[in-house]
Amino acid sequence: MLIELLKPLNRKLVRDLWAIKGQGLAIAIVIGCGVGMYLMSRGMLLSLSETRAAYYERYRFADVVAPVKRAPNALLDEITALPGVRRAETRIRAGVILDVEGSSAPITGEIQSLPEVPTPHINDIVLRRGRYVDPQHEEEVLALDAFAEAHGLGPGDHLHAILNGTRKRLTITGIVLSPEYIYAISPGEIVPDKKRFGVLWMNREALANAFDLDGAFNEAVLLTSAGSNEDALIDQLDTLLKRYGATGAYGRDQQISDQFLTNEIDQLETIGRILPPIFLLVATFLLNVVVGRLIDTEREQIGLLKAFGYTDRDVAIHYLKMIGVIVLLGILVGIVLGTWLGRGLANMYQDFFKFPFLLFRAPLQVYLVAVGVSLLVAVAGTFSSVRRVMQLEPAVAMVPPPPPDYSRSARWIERLSAWIDQPTRMILRHIYRWPRRAAMAVLGIGMSMGLLIGASFSMDAMMYMVDISFNVIDRQDVTVNFFDPRNDRAIYDVMHAPGVITAEPFRAIPVVLRNGPRMRRESIVGILPDAQLSRVVDTELKPVEVPPAGIVLSDKLAELLQIGPGELLRVEVRTGRRPELDVPVSGVVKTYMGTAAYMDLAHLNRLLGEDTSINGTYLLVDPLQTDALYRELKNTPLVAGVSLQEQAQNAFYETLQDSLGTFVFFNTLFAGLIAVGVVYNNARISLSERGRELASLRVLGLTRGEISYILLGELGLLTIIALPLGALLGYLLAATLVMSFDTELFRIPLVIGPSTYGYAALVVLLAALGSGLLVRRRIDRLDLIAVLKTRE
Amino acid sequence: MESTATDSEAIAFRAEKLTKTYGSGEATVHALRGVDLEVPSGEMVVLLGPSGSGKSTLLNILGGLDSPTSGRVFFGRRELTAFDDRHLTLFRREHVGFVFQFYNLIPSLTARENVALVTEISKNPMRPEEALRLVGLEQRMEHFPAQLSGGEQQRVAIARAIAKQPNVLFCDEPTGALDSKTGIVVLEAIARANRELDTTTMIITHNAGIADMADRVLYMADGRIQRSERHPEPCAPDQLSW
Ligand SMILES: Nc1ncnc2c1ncn2[C@@H]1O[C@H](COP(=O)(O)OP(=O)(O)O)[C@@H](O)[C@H]1O
Ligand SMILES: [Mg+2]
Repeated sequence: MLIELLKPLNRKLVRDLWAIKGQGLAIAIVIGCGVGMYLMSRGMLLSLSETRAAYYERYRFADVVAPVKRAPNALLDEITALPGVRRAETRIRAGVILDVEGSSAPITGEIQSLPEVPTPHINDIVLRRGRYVDPQHEEEVLALDAFAEAHGLGPGDHLHAILNGTRKRLTITGIVLSPEYIYAISPGEIVPDKKRFGVLWMNREALANAFDLDGAFNEAVLLTSAGSNEDALIDQLDTLLKRYGATGAYGRDQQISDQFLTNEIDQLETIGRILPPIFLLVATFLLNVVVGRLIDTEREQIGLLKAFGYTDRDVAIHYLKMIGVIVLLGILVGIVLGTWLGRGLANMYQDFFKFPFLLFRAPLQVYLVAVGVSLLVAVAGTFSSVRRVMQLEPAVAMVPPPPPDYSRSARWIERLSAWIDQPTRMILRHIYRWPRRAAMAVLGIGMSMGLLIGASFSMDAMMYMVDISFNVIDRQDVTVNFFDPRNDRAIYDVMHAPGVITAEPFRAIPVVLRNGPRMRRESIVGILPDAQLSRVVDTELKPVEVPPAGIVLSDKLAELLQIGPGELLRVEVRTGRRPELDVPVSGVVKTYMGTAAYMDLAHLNRLLGEDTSINGTYLLVDPLQTDALYRELKNTPLVAGVSLQEQAQNAFYETLQDSLGTFVFFNTLFAGLIAVGVVYNNARISLSERGRELASLRVLGLTRGEISYILLGELGLLTIIALPLGALLGYLLAATLVMSFDTELFRIPLVIGPSTYGYAALVVLLAALGSGLLVRRRIDRLDLIAVLKTRE
Repeated sequence: MESTATDSEAIAFRAEKLTKTYGSGEATVHALRGVDLEVPSGEMVVLLGPSGSGKSTLLNILGGLDSPTSGRVFFGRRELTAFDDRHLTLFRREHVGFVFQFYNLIPSLTARENVALVTEISKNPMRPEEALRLVGLEQRMEHFPAQLSGGEQQRVAIARAIAKQPNVLFCDEPTGALDSKTGIVVLEAIARANRELDTTTMIITHNAGIADMADRVLYMADGRIQRSERHPEPCAPDQLSW
């Protein structure tokens, strides 16, 4: 046997480790969860941001985009001459409605121009399959990978597009990826829906013909030179392009795909900052409890070793080795777990974010940090115990400890004594005798429950957010966008479509909002004051009327602009006659998605100096007639885009299930493991401390059930005490997460459903029960005679 | 199993060809190599013998804590060796009292509660106070083990063992951890229980001096009972020479 080769002290180490293998493993797993979570989130964050950087670099993702209504191609030289511009290109990009066989609902999409040379220099595309379009063939297009895949389209397949009111049959020649559409999402939505958002690339000439943009462009894309001032460049672009109907140039921070990607990276950052420390804290605490109590039970052996001449250092090193093995095992578990989870997450991300490549690779320093922090945890958790080992005097250690003194029992327990049986009294006195231990156990169990709530509440909150957004705020079934502002009579065209029950007009205009140094590029949506479909609600979620004058801001926008009701907001309109106005903020309303600004439609039109005009309507439709309605909308020339609430909602739920569901599942697993780790460790240690007592009771004729009650009853009691604490910790964790997930794109409300509390409590109780059963098996195997032979 | 004080000729225990081996192969230890024994009801038996001779093993088997490798044990007419764990537990609960060298009190219970622990689950117990009075501890009933001396703790253990009015009392080196003066007080408590409650009593010791208080002394060596000796006139514990 290998063990024979070891020195006696190391044999003791091996045997001791074997004896506490269950507990050791439980601690190792908790450490592993922390390390794994850290590796996964940190590694994924770095992989994601490095992949993004490489992708942007290689395919020259535009630094600045400047949309205009129509500008002559010759303007490119002037744009290129602006300071800070490394290179600029012009292109045509427009909204289209796509019609794919097998999909009755109209699909909103975008179409972009391709230069004569096969691919653009800026925002280059990645050809995955097929070939580039032939400049001679007007009908040929390239299609975005996710969209084509969702509809089973490939090179050679056909689809229809309504280009500026004209229906055209197009042929796909190639399937592409683009750095502009890593997160392919249609504007105004918050989760990507591959089926309902398509992007096509087409010959510039053909596209220019379709949109009456011969010799002109409607968007300039720019690369900036290193160290240039982007804000200054944007200002200059806006000045230069003002005459051409510029709605305002913007940088990557406003590019929708990049915005979502950044948001995801930020969330990973938050998770990596908040959750692993919690796991490691629990691990510290477990190590502290287990090693501390282990050393208490080995007092006499420690004294003996020292009496025989082992130095304090020898003995301390002996215990350090034991701790080291557990921690190293934890680190190992963490590395395997983290890498495995990271790969899984990378695969999941490939579904949302279309990269040409995405590998999970955590750099060495992430591993080093994980290992370093774990070692710190080990030191923090065991420092006091190991110091106790060093300080123990052999003579003191070898005198057997007197029986623990229970005489200072609480008076209330004694008063209760008359009412409760002996075993229960034993439980209460034991808890009272070791209050710190009991408190630690309660805290540990509470933390695991808190983690469960923190991990799974986001589901409740998201559901709530969607429910409010789709059923209280935006209650329309369909949103129809027009190509250009129309007279409000246009609404009747739509009203006559089959299945439309009511229609409410809106007008959205691009603006720049300024309050002192703070500036935002937004749209103002003009709606009817008594709108019933797309409404605005106050912070209590009560619908409010948009006041006849002034501007109503969403709470997030007000926060970003640091402005409140009554103050004046500078509004620079970027369409029509481009007036610049000071408008009082007349209200702040609750939104969970985006950063909207609202005005009374009539008031908005008055400010613009225009007649009543609208650029879209919200519809309430008869669900039985949707197919007919969709057919009509696809063939209505003025319709530039259609978004369908129900499908958006479904897409959201699906995404939630896929991404968040997976995340919640793993967190539940981790938190459950922690709960088991804490409860099982407590039970095991109690058993080893009190095994003798319990065996004596068995000898006296108590049954296994009766002595199990004494040990497990205590655990049960502590677990129940821990539940309210766990609920509180969960609430606090959720509040922290809610705060850090508060972004421009969406906010999560702090909503924790009773079922989430119930679920967390259930998992904790089940974990406690499982641990109890494991320990119960040990109680059943208690060796009565062995216990009676020895003193302690 | 109503073996009573009047029925002094009844057999409390009978063991037939008991053997007990531990381990296997080269490491086999023969703790008992064939023990035959009859203990009449109400008798006080002292088991003497060198360490490792198998005394504890025999006592544990008779008390239902352990089972023999072969052979049979009868308690009255019932065969203990045929009992399963649940029935052995019930047997101990109803009929047997144990006293061990290291007291084995429950530290979180007071003296009285330690006794009450047993009286609560037995059929015909005396009151815990009474049992403690029998061992002379009526003044210390509300004390926790930590507040009692070794001898006092052992007397609580005896009170706990006799409080259920057991048919048999097994004591494994009850004075092993005590000085002689304290030891005598403890032995007096045991002798009194045997006398007043007519409890069949079996005491293990390696102190030959204690043997003089027994009705019968069994000498064990090497897993066998070598010799049995009767004392028609056992002496009182306070006359023992230690
Ligand atoms: N669990 C065990 N495993 C192996 N050997 C044992 C075990 N228990 C007792 N023995 C052996 O059985 C023999 C008798 O032990 P025991 O009955 O305790 O002796 P004693 O007469 O000192 O009470 C001894 O040789 C002892 O080493
Ligand atoms: Mg012995």
